Amino acid sequence: MIQLQNIRFGYSPKHILFTDVSMTMEPGHIYGLLGKNGAGKTTLLKIMAGLLFPNSGTAEISGINASLRKAETLQDLYFLQEEIFVPHLTVEDYLKSYAPFYPYFNHERFQYYMSELEMDGCHGYADKFSHGQKKKFLIAFALATNTKILIMDEPTNGLDIPSKSAFRRIMASAADENRLILISTHQVRDLHSLIDMVTILEKGHILMNTSIYDLTEKLYFGAYQECRKAYYQEEFAGGVSAIMDNPNGEDSNVDLELLFNAIMHNPQEISSLFNDK
Amino acid sequence: MDFNNVQTIYMQIVDWVFEQVLKGAWNAGDKIPSVREAAVRFEVNPNTVMRSYDYLQQREIIVNRRGIGFYVAPEAKEVIMAIRKKQFMEVELPLFFKNITLLDIPMEEVMQQYKEYKQ
Repeated sequence: MIQLQNIRFGYSPKHILFTDVSMTMEPGHIYGLLGKNGAGKTTLLKIMAGLLFPNSGTAEISGINASLRKAETLQDLYFLQEEIFVPHLTVEDYLKSYAPFYPYFNHERFQYYMSELEMDGCHGYADKFSHGQKKKFLIAFALATNTKILIMDEPTNGLDIPSKSAFRRIMASAADENRLILISTHQVRDLHSLIDMVTILEKGHILMNTSIYDLTEKLYFGAYQECRKAYYQEEFAGGVSAIMDNPNGEDSNVDLELLFNAIMHNPQEISSLFNDK
Repeated sequence: MDFNNVQTIYMQIVDWVFEQVLKGAWNAGDKIPSVREAAVRFEVNPNTVMRSYDYLQQREIIVNRRGIGFYVAPEAKEVIMAIRKKQFMEVELPLFFKNITLLDIPMEEVMQQYKEYKQ
């Protein structure tokens, strides 16, 4: 579990990014953290991972303050950063050096993830791999650590089309009820079938932290219908797609891009439907 | 499977199960893919597949044998036929009537086509 309590953070006293962020994330879900450039997504992830310390408030990982950087926290948490660094080591040596930090590391799964990502043919020094190959190598490593908390910042950036599909497959195989996966992304189309919790960050505030299930219960996504109240709508070539009320709880498919635009456009109305709890 | 944008992903997985049973790929008593296998196959969150399987379990189309997996229920085909028929009568047929009215196609012409189709 990740718990943020009244986080205040700024890179300088004049530039405060978060004034008071509180949020809870539970295992058994894949969270999609969405936000515009500069909204503070990466900063928030770094605070969770204990890489940045909040000015006040606490970030707890499974009940332990992340800022303490305890071994028991770090061995059960993996943070795949957007800017990746791969040292001058072969894949084998990298595993020998880094896998021992993670007591639940599974070498068989690592091979499976590598082969799904079409990385089995990649030998030699990992720092000589292409950017996409480095990324895939570290994705395979990240999943194979089997940590309870897995945080990924823009994992699909730089992946080719078949690799994005392979990424979704291995994520589906790696997700389970004990694991909390948090993915920060702009590529909602790559990931919408994987995400079951939507977290939206804007101007230092969490505007939404809701399950896809709750979203579809309260809102109806689709072609505009006059009989429904529309919270937000966008025109496209063939008509108007809208986010509408859903008094009868009819099923529809959440359109994450539309939802994101709706919340950016009118932060209060839709968020308030979900933040009563 | 490519998902369309109209229906929820979990209902599209339900439809996929319907199709496997209706076309006879799966028969009563057959084991079906585990939640994880289906999630990997469709590249979706395992919770989504769980929701589809819950829906199918509630309607007694599949049964969960604890610790072993999910199996096609004895009456699965009949149940699916009934659900599909209801859906056709309530949704697709009215749409069909609306269209033949709109396009001014007499019922006799439709019947003629239908006879040819049946032969």
